[in-house]
Formats: sequence, C-alpha cells, structure tokens
Amino acid sequence: MRVSKRATSAIALSAAAALVASGCSSGGGDETAASADGSIVVHGVQPENPLVPSNTTETGGGKIIDWMWTGLVEYPNDGGAPRNALAESINTTDSKVFTIKIKAGTKFHDGTEVKAKNFVDAWNWAAYSPNGAQNGTFFADIAGFDQTYTTDPDGADGPKKAPTPTADKLSGLKVIDEQTFEVTLAAPTAVFPTKLGYSAFMPLPDVFFTMKPEEFGKNKPIGNGPVKFVSWEDNSLIKLTRFDDYNLRDKMKVKDVDVKLYQDDNAAYADLLANNLDFMEVVPTSALAGDKWKTDLGDRGRSTVTPSTAFIAFPIYDKRYANPKLRRAVSLAVNRQEISDKIFFGTRKPADSWANPLTPGAKPGNCTACKFDPTTAKQLLAEAGGFSGEMVFYYNADSAHKDWMDAVAQQVKTNLNINARAEGVPTFAVFRQNINAHKMTGPYRAAWQQDYPDVENWVNPLFITNGSSNDGLYSNPEVDALAKQASGAPSLEASHEAFAKAVEKVDQDVPSIPVYFYGQQSGHSEKIKKLELNNVGEIDITSVEL
Amino acid sequence: MGRYLLRRLLQLVPVFIGTTFLIYWLVWAVPGDPFAGKCGERRCPDQYIAFMTEKYHLDQNVFVQYANYMKNLLQGDFGQTFSQREISDIILTSYPNTLKLALVALAIEAIIGLGAGVLSGLRRNGFLDNLVLVSTLFLIALPVFVVGFVLQWLLGVQWGIIKPTVSSEMRWSELIVPGFVLGSASVAYIARVARTSIAENRRADYVRTAIAKGLPMRRVVGVHLLRNSLIPVVTLLGTDLGALMGGAIVTEGIFGINGIGRQVFRAIITKESATVVGIVVVLVLVYLVMNLLVDLLYAALDPRIRYE
Repeated sequence: MRVSKRATSAIALSAAAALVASGCSSGGGDETAASADGSIVVHGVQPENPLVPSNTTETGGGKIIDWMWTGLVEYPNDGGAPRNALAESINTTDSKVFTIKIKAGTKFHDGTEVKAKNFVDAWNWAAYSPNGAQNGTFFADIAGFDQTYTTDPDGADGPKKAPTPTADKLSGLKVIDEQTFEVTLAAPTAVFPTKLGYSAFMPLPDVFFTMKPEEFGKNKPIGNGPVKFVSWEDNSLIKLTRFDDYNLRDKMKVKDVDVKLYQDDNAAYADLLANNLDFMEVVPTSALAGDKWKTDLGDRGRSTVTPSTAFIAFPIYDKRYANPKLRRAVSLAVNRQEISDKIFFGTRKPADSWANPLTPGAKPGNCTACKFDPTTAKQLLAEAGGFSGEMVFYYNADSAHKDWMDAVAQQVKTNLNINARAEGVPTFAVFRQNINAHKMTGPYRAAWQQDYPDVENWVNPLFITNGSSNDGLYSNPEVDALAKQASGAPSLEASHEAFAKAVEKVDQDVPSIPVYFYGQQSGHSEKIKKLELNNVGEIDITSVEL
Repeated sequence: MGRYLLRRLLQLVPVFIGTTFLIYWLVWAVPGDPFAGKCGERRCPDQYIAFMTEKYHLDQNVFVQYANYMKNLLQGDFGQTFSQREISDIILTSYPNTLKLALVALAIEAIIGLGAGVLSGLRRNGFLDNLVLVSTLFLIALPVFVVGFVLQWLLGVQWGIIKPTVSSEMRWSELIVPGFVLGSASVAYIARVARTSIAENRRADYVRTAIAKGLPMRRVVGVHLLRNSLIPVVTLLGTDLGALMGGAIVTEGIFGINGIGRQVFRAIITKESATVVGIVVVLVLVYLVMNLLVDLLYAALDPRIRYE
C-alpha cells in the first residue's frame, strides 16, 4: 500500500494508492551506442523511509525499490496476469501449501547468490511485529502470523501495549533446499501467488540481517534487480546504475539513472520543458488545464490509464446514510461524464464498474449505480424517506480535490434538492484521522489503487466486514460469505467468478460510489527514443532507449 | 565593549529557550495525528504506531517532550525524523544550500540596491532617479513567486539561457537568478533607503564643508557621504540575511533547491516537532548573531557610537 505524497499533483490525491510495480519486460532491444553508456535523469520525490522493501509504503521510495528488486513474480506492462520472474515454479494443489522453486544462479548486487532462505528470512523479519515494518500485515495469509505479529489490545492510543510475540519466525515457512521453500497458508488463498510481486515480498541479502535496517536502507541498499544503488543525497539526488550481472530479463539499456528529488512539480515541469529532465511520470495539475501540456510537450507527452479509481465513500455508521436507497439515489444523481469532461478535460474516465477495469478479474460496466439517472434518483430518495439536514461532502484540501467535489455536491443539490455542499479538511492527516476514528458526518473522498493486479484487492480490503480499508463500516454477510468462498477458490478463474457474484451484491448496497478512473499524463525529453510504462504508469526503466 | 558583548551574548539564552519552546509547542498543537495519513487509505498497523509513539515519546505531554528534546540537544543530539533519519544530517545538508542562496541574494541586494540608491540619491529628480523609483516600485509590488516563475519560464524554458532548476552541486553561477529572485523585494527597499539617506546627508554641513575645502567629488561621496549614510542600509542588510534564509521557501521550491524551507514545511505537515525546532534553532542563532554584528558595525561606521 503505497501512498503518494506529492501535494500538488493529481495522483497525490489518491494518496491511497498502493503502487505495485515491477521491473517489467520490454521488447527485444537493438541497443544503440547512445543507450549503452548513456544516462538519464528522472523525476522523483525524497523517499520517506530508508529503502527497505517491507517498510516502504509510499511512491517516492517504492519506485526505486521496484527498480532495485525483482520478486518471485512480476506484473506485465499491459496489466495482464502476473508471470514468474525469479520463481522457476510456484506449485500448489489446494491453494494452501505452495512449493516455490527459484531460478538458480541469480545474484544480489553484492555478488552473493539469491537463495530460498533470503526470502524466508526477509519475510520472517517483516512479519515479526516488534520490527515495526509498515508492510507487516501483508504476511497475514501465512500460517503462524498470529504468533509473530501481535496487535495492541486496546488500539494504538490505549494505555496497554501489544504483547511480545511468542514466536519470531512464521511457522508456515520452510526452507527445503537452496532453491526451494514451502509456504503454508493459514487458509486457502487463490490470489497468493499474485501478491508475490508486491515489494513487501522481496528477498533480502544476508548482509541486511547483520546491520541496522536504516543503515542498510540509507547507505547501501542491496537488491537483486536490474538497477543498482550508488548514492543518495537527501532531498536532492539518488544515483543509480546498471547491474551488469542481472540475468533474469533484459538488462537496463542505459547506464546511469539519476533520480532528481523535487519538492515542487512545477519546477520539475519547467526542467522537462527545457529538456533538463528526461522523464516526468505525472505532469502537474496546472499543466492539464486547457490541455496546456499537449501544446507544451507535443509528441513528448503521453496519456495513459492507471488502475486506480476515485470513490466517494459513505459513513454507514451514521444512521442518516444507513439506507441503501438513499446511497443509490446520491450515486445516480452524479453526472460522471460531465465531471470528466468539464473538470478533468477528459483526462479521467467516468467510472462504470466497481473494480478498476484494468485489473485482471474485473468485470467492466458492472456498476448499475454509476449511471446518471436523476428521475430514478428522485424516486429512490422519496422511497428512502428523503434526507433532512445538510449533506456535506468532505475532502482533504491539501491537494487538488476542491473542483470535482464541489461539482458532485452541486449535482446532488440540483438533482435531488438536498441541501448539499463540499467542505475541505485542511490536511490529509486530519482527514484520515477522522476517517480512521469513524467520526465522519458526511460522504467523503477516497481513492484506491491496487496493491497487486487482481479483483480480490478491490473487494476484500474495501467491502468485507472489517476489511483493512473498509472505513465506512459496510457489512453484508452475503458479501462476506461470497468473498470468503472466492478467496479460497482452488483456481484464479473460479475465484474471479465468485468475486463477480460478491460484487453484484455490493452493487445493490452502494457502500461507496465510484466516480472516475484515473488517467496519467506523462512527459519525456527529446533525448529518449523509446520507453514503456508499466502496469501502474511508472516508467519501465529497462525499456528506455536513447 | 567586552562587557557589552558579554551582556548581549547572555541575552541570547532566554531568547533561545523562549523561541524554541514556543515553536515546539506550536508544532505540537497542530491538529492531526502524525500517523493517520502515513499509510494511505488504511490505518497504519498498531505495532508500527506503538513503535513510533514509544520511540518519540509521543504519549507524554508537551513539557516532558520538550524537556527530553532539550536534554538531547544540549548533548549535541538533534534527534531523528519520523523516517529515522538524523536531523543533524538534514541540517548539515540543507543549511549550506540555503546560506549560499541567501549570501548570493545579499550580495545582489548590496551591489544593485546600493548602487542604484547612491546614483539616484546624488541626482535627485533626474531621469535615473525616476527610473529607479519606478522600477523599485514595480519590484516591491510583484510577489516573489511571480518574479520567480516568470524568470524561470523566460530565461530557462523560452530562451534557454539558464537551466530551469539548480543542480545538486549548487554552483555559484546557477544561483544568480534564484538569488536575484529571493532578493528582489529587498533590492528595492535597499535602493530606496540608500537614496533617502544619501539625499538627506547630501545637504549636511560636513558635506558642504568637504566640498568647500576643495576635496574631489569621489572622495566626498566615497568617504564622507557614503560612510555616514550606510547605517540604515547596514541594519537592513544585516537583519535581512535571517529573513532571506527563513523566507527562501518559495524560491527554493521554484528552483528545486534542497534548502531548509522545504524541510521545515515538510516537518510542519508531518508534525515532526524535533525537525522544525532543530532547523529553527539554527535560524534563531543566525538572527541573533547577525543582529549583534550589525550593532557592532555601527560603531565602526560612526565614531560617535561607543559601547560600554
């Protein structure tokens, strides 16, 4: 779950967003001389934490981790189903016990070989709660997690402290030989192999366990990916270079990558225009107005879609929003096409499905509540007994949400005659504090970007009872049962079918309303002849040719 | 002189404690839980929050936190940020950059501001004087970020004379435009103050005497007139260094300079009291020392001023 902290950029907002990415593939390469020892400068933001994969949850550091590490599986650039990368094979008969064999002869940047125990040790470290790894809960599927990871009995604010775990190793992990290990899950989970491409599951070299994690992550992070770490000057520059012994896929074609750490997207954009910066993933919001970026960049600009969706969530714990008919009425009163055209100049697409359609297993167009139908909306509102008082739509005012939230409130006001308005909460931190404490008194902005490409990630965290991001406290036993059945299905196909049924139930209840699918506008310099973006819109560093 | 210096230095202690506590308390009072937004649209794991709370004593009240902080600070330990980076590292990497930028701005202020002020003060109501008045009015009226964005766009993007942002090596030549932007408003003030001061002293008795006894004009202006007119200018320049360093946040942002401005801003947003105070502590020291230096300079400029 990575969160983007860029206050000014459009996706920052999504602050939600778990970015999963991987090195990715690229077509074959005729390496030109320019590429072979060329260097590029790409846009970045200062990573919040030292570069340890299981402790990085934001995009600034996440992007670099994705370049520096290659996991067991990887996600293709086209968003398709995951495929094996470092894994030779991942075998299971019951979706509960997985035998994972890794390819022999691949190396970490320090020259040591990547072995099965590098995975087992890294996962054990992250799952041991006193280590305080932010991605620790990603290991919850594995048997023995409840012994290594304890939670605070009265919440983090309470006086009691979490007890020390009784075990420091996951009982479900077993090294078989140098290249093979066995993972036993607590319950069958069809999607488990898909998750393995997320950065939390990366291997760590032996040297990691001999030093402090912050020392490792700050001074000499060692991965096994196509890109190797050189140096890190805080807030200014991270220097990376090609890992010449990389043999899992194509090596990087250029030699050096400088990640210039910007604090202001407009400064980066000026550099991009002057060819002083070779790649900027997301052009600033200011450049989107009136399609300015198209005029500025010409064929250096490119527009793509990313697997993230903007929602408006309902605080279902508030009695006024408990009636599904009311929630459906609000959803039907929102003209998504108009918001997409007038406010985002077509850079965002109106949402018409619950899971982002780019996600494997998602069914496009399955959100019947996403239509614009003010007549039915009025009728449903009447059936729900109307709405008394003021309906306030909340958003965090530290990034660019005011315009579209105002538009939503205005549409609800016009189409339903509800006294609606939008109100900004000063910062994302205050906003999330109220949401986490279940103290919201009106519908609020939310955004979701998948952690790993599977529809499971769009249902379990958001719509099952006690889901990790089910902040509105939506609960429907039927959805829970179907989702549980889907998660434990013996195959991914069966799992996707069952999730589709769960989503149909969600569609009846409208616990939140999908508003738009994110798009991304990127730009590159004249120097770059070829580049691909990966499944979440980050630059695929191995594809760059000069 | 020695006693005066000692007294001034002792005064620094209460000012230092007062400002640091006020700032610590203000950052502490900023609403929002530092870990509420850190993990995106889901709660951070309880263990993570507990780990951080204990590490940074966040469950204590503000006085205990501040006392802890001061105890460490006096031992030279600035503490760590929430991402476990040494704050002293941040100060060491970002302060020199801001200082460099501020010095360039100060030099530009002194050269352009003083030059324009002297020229227009000597030829009052002439063409040059009017030009300086109009152009300084223009500079004062323009907010820093407008000057910054316009110059960056014109010189960097349109004409390609400079690179739009400063590289990580922070070469002096790259800092001229950002320095001008940062100092632009102050250039105007310096020019105006210098002009008034020169124009007034121009009519003073000692200048008339100097001219009457046949001194060459260069000597009259350079030694007698300028030296006596410098006091208000020096005051302005001296206190400006602190203001420039604290106020560089906008300029640093536009030109992508890794200075203290962005660090303070980030730390306030994430409620890292220790980082904010750490950086401001040094800033406060710069202010106090500069003020002291300015006062001492008075004596050098004007023999009538003596410190006991």
